[in-house]
Amino acid sequence: MSNHNRYESSRYGNAEHSDALSIANAVKSGETSAVAVVDQHLAAIDAGEAEIHAFNLVLADEALAAAAKIDQQVIAGEDVGPLAGVPVAIKDNMCTQGVPTTCSSKMLVGWKPPYNATVVERLAAAGAILIGKTNMDEFAMGSSTENSAFGVTKNPLDTSKVPGGSSGGSAAAVAAGFAPLALGSDTGGSIRQPAALCGVVGMKPTYGAISRYGLIAFASSLDQIGPFSHTVADSAALFEVIGGHDPRDSTSIPTPVASVSAGLKSGVDGLRVGIITELMGTGDLDGFEPEVLAQTRAAAEALEAAGASVAEVSVPSVIYGLSAYYQIAPAEASSNLARYDGVRYGVRQEGSGNTASMMMATRTTGFGDEVKRRIMLGTYALSAGYYDAFYGKAQRVRTLMINDLAKAYADFDVLLTPTSPCVAFDIGATSDPLTMYLNDVCTIPSNLAGHPSISVPYGTGQGGLPVGVQVLAPLQGEAVMFQVAAELERSVSAAEAVAQNGAQS
Amino acid sequence: MNATNKVISQPITQPVSSTTLDAWTVDTQVPREETDLSSDWEMVIGLEVHAELATETKMFSPGRNQFGSEPNTNIHPVCLGLPGTLPVVNGKAVELSIRLGLALNCTVQRCIFARKNYFYPDMPKDYQISQYDRPLNISGWLELPNGHRIGIERAHMEEDTGKSTHVGTSGRIHDAGYSLVDYNRAGVPLIEIVSHPDVRGPEEAKAYVAELQSILIAIGASDGKFEEGSMRVDANISVRPAGSDELRTRCEVKNVNSLRSLGRAIMYEAKRHVELYESGDKPRQETRHWDEEGGRTRPGRSKEQAEDYRYFDDPDLVPVDPSPEWIEQIRAALPALPRDRRLALVGSGAAAGAAAIAVERDLDGLALAAIAAGADAGRVLTHVEHNLAVEGANKLDANNFAAMVKMETGGELTATQAKQVLAEMVTSGKAPADIATERGFEAMDSGALEATLDEIIAANPAEWERFCSEDPKAKGKMQGFFTGQVMKATRGQADGKAVAQLLAKKSS
Repeated sequence: MSNHNRYESSRYGNAEHSDALSIANAVKSGETSAVAVVDQHLAAIDAGEAEIHAFNLVLADEALAAAAKIDQQVIAGEDVGPLAGVPVAIKDNMCTQGVPTTCSSKMLVGWKPPYNATVVERLAAAGAILIGKTNMDEFAMGSSTENSAFGVTKNPLDTSKVPGGSSGGSAAAVAAGFAPLALGSDTGGSIRQPAALCGVVGMKPTYGAISRYGLIAFASSLDQIGPFSHTVADSAALFEVIGGHDPRDSTSIPTPVASVSAGLKSGVDGLRVGIITELMGTGDLDGFEPEVLAQTRAAAEALEAAGASVAEVSVPSVIYGLSAYYQIAPAEASSNLARYDGVRYGVRQEGSGNTASMMMATRTTGFGDEVKRRIMLGTYALSAGYYDAFYGKAQRVRTLMINDLAKAYADFDVLLTPTSPCVAFDIGATSDPLTMYLNDVCTIPSNLAGHPSISVPYGTGQGGLPVGVQVLAPLQGEAVMFQVAAELERSVSAAEAVAQNGAQS
Repeated sequence: MNATNKVISQPITQPVSSTTLDAWTVDTQVPREETDLSSDWEMVIGLEVHAELATETKMFSPGRNQFGSEPNTNIHPVCLGLPGTLPVVNGKAVELSIRLGLALNCTVQRCIFARKNYFYPDMPKDYQISQYDRPLNISGWLELPNGHRIGIERAHMEEDTGKSTHVGTSGRIHDAGYSLVDYNRAGVPLIEIVSHPDVRGPEEAKAYVAELQSILIAIGASDGKFEEGSMRVDANISVRPAGSDELRTRCEVKNVNSLRSLGRAIMYEAKRHVELYESGDKPRQETRHWDEEGGRTRPGRSKEQAEDYRYFDDPDLVPVDPSPEWIEQIRAALPALPRDRRLALVGSGAAAGAAAIAVERDLDGLALAAIAAGADAGRVLTHVEHNLAVEGANKLDANNFAAMVKMETGGELTATQAKQVLAEMVTSGKAPADIATERGFEAMDSGALEATLDEIIAANPAEWERFCSEDPKAKGKMQGFFTGQVMKATRGQADGKAVAQLLAKKSS
């Protein structure tokens, strides 16, 4: 089941190191320069971006200037930070001072934020280099990056396929070798699902673990920023750089970021792993590809072989997750996106001479169909007379799910599911929004509960396309989550090594 | 409440109807306005008061909270609602709001911020962060100077909107209209105080707002300036047959910018309701705007067409859960409230009305100290009310004030002299005895006064005869004549009362 060759072939350019920590070490030791690193990645972008369209904006000059500064600091013997010289691509819904930030929407064309998101500040402080702003589903609404106002991003593993979404540009940028690290945002699976479809590692932390200040909101109670990377260790390192309390975000957890890198080599001996029965294609939820389920079971077996105990566990309310999510997220979005009214920034479409018609014309032309669909859904869900039946009930389902998960975590340290029911699908194949929404069925429970989870590439499925396996952990359980993810990564590498040896012999 | 025990209070500077007045509140300087309906009807009024909190920065943003700056200078990405920004609760605003809650005898509770969604260009996020079903302060009361308590339903925190100026919309067809928006006020912390419909008339409404204003100022929560918009009042008005306890259709009257407008708007609106009912019609529930120049209310948008605000808990904020320790700390640090101060004066022997005036003029401390130093409470409060409405009165030394009052009650100063001495005490700060000496206000001893009177009687035998006659008219006239002569001879230093006593003694 190896897809090793496909992974390699998905990368453009000839960067010496594909992982961030190796790059940072090489820059810090003087083995290479940050400028050389950036040059290599810009070359990869030159080679592949026209085909992939991972970026809304590539910041070549800015990145080279920042790299030169890092190199000067290295020569001067200054502390350059844990991600020194590492190019990072960030999703175009995180504010970058003076640099256009569009959410892949016509609505924000021309807008340059006057401030940096907290994560952008922390990346800079860690020596990372911002290399570009990545494409996404408009306002993070979608699972394929087809909803971008600026065109679809293609899956670097097979350019007839979607990269997943909504952080498809970030996933593709890492998969294509345009940047070793990227940031995405995850409201219902928007980091983990594209990570799975592009064969990279994608992680959504505990709600409040990473500041949302400067992340343009989709659904505030669900949104979290998280890393894309090739390796679990890089994911952990990036989490440690951008995580931790931020007083500018009231929902930020008031503690320093958890130290998660230290436990990556601890193994899983004695850990209890639960496979969520309802997300294994056995019950009311169907549409799971058999290869995806098989890889998930294989992952569980690998953990068992490494000393974990594995059992199935029922979390009954997860089957309602999708329904609850599609009340709560659109409801919050309908309010969060009200501010795009043409009055203060972004585009304005003059109406028939009064403010209300200007606002209507602006919103009618500025937003794409999926955004308008969700604004309407959410407006309805919050309306007088419907609130209790829709939004109120969805919030109760959310509570129920948190309780169910808490019960599961009484018996298990982590839970395991597929990340996505299917591998990457054809661009343009899914025109029905409801079918598209089903992509999020496995990822949504972590958002509703505020729990951390991570997608780790685990073999391939239909068409030789990568499968992601998802590790879920309880609130602030990032350390054990990364620990298990690292074990999965080791087991898949070992399997690939065996397969390769077999092929050669 | 029925008509017979209807209590109507009056702020002291406002006119009152003759049917409802307490003597102390009458101010004949101000033309009277109609303040009550015919006896068949009574008013049911609930008030919503918005007060801007006196903080350095805004409710959820580091932007400055300052009145009168150049447009769009007190702004920050957060209060402009720029994409990606997040609100953070201003702890000082919470503290000031708790202060007000405690001053209004409210229960202070764990509270939640909610979004009130509607589109308006001067509201940067097109929603307002307010509080909905879990406000900070609930179930309190405010006691008016006349002792009537008005129930407080809630006092919750929210953010203010910006200000729109509509330019060139004069109605001329070729006139390209546009609007300017100033976001300096957007996000300024507000507390909205919602009363129960316990208010029964325009005078009581004004007294309620005036009392609330003095509480807000006393506790440092707001500067309470109507003229700068830091206090704004909406009135929910309905009427009902006197003595009934039903609640009829109400109209919310907005755009009331002063106490006087509040009284006028309420009276206009209540009469409009009565006229509608008496003509067989009834009012519609709607929002109306007070037109100060026209002296009338005009319909705004009707409640049936009112927007659905789609309230929901703001997911960007966490509940504010003040600890009991914090609440007690705030309670302990509260200054004396106007009501406490009035009660303290009343406890020292002042009449309720006089006490209210003293507190309003911030002279209650002086009065209390003077009374404590042994001065007569009645005379002290009389001077506070009639002779100390002057600048510098609050710098008066209480012991000097007490000494002056004692000289007066001891007969060393006449009332007229006392007033003059007091005025000079305020301007010069000198001791009353020194002032009296300088001015030659030595009280005349009774022997000298009698000798003076005898001389005058001897010089005016015909007048004396008429005074001694049985004709009360002539007697009264001559009493004035002789008193005037004595005052003239003594250059006003004689005590009028003593003169009257001597005249009576000599004529009997």
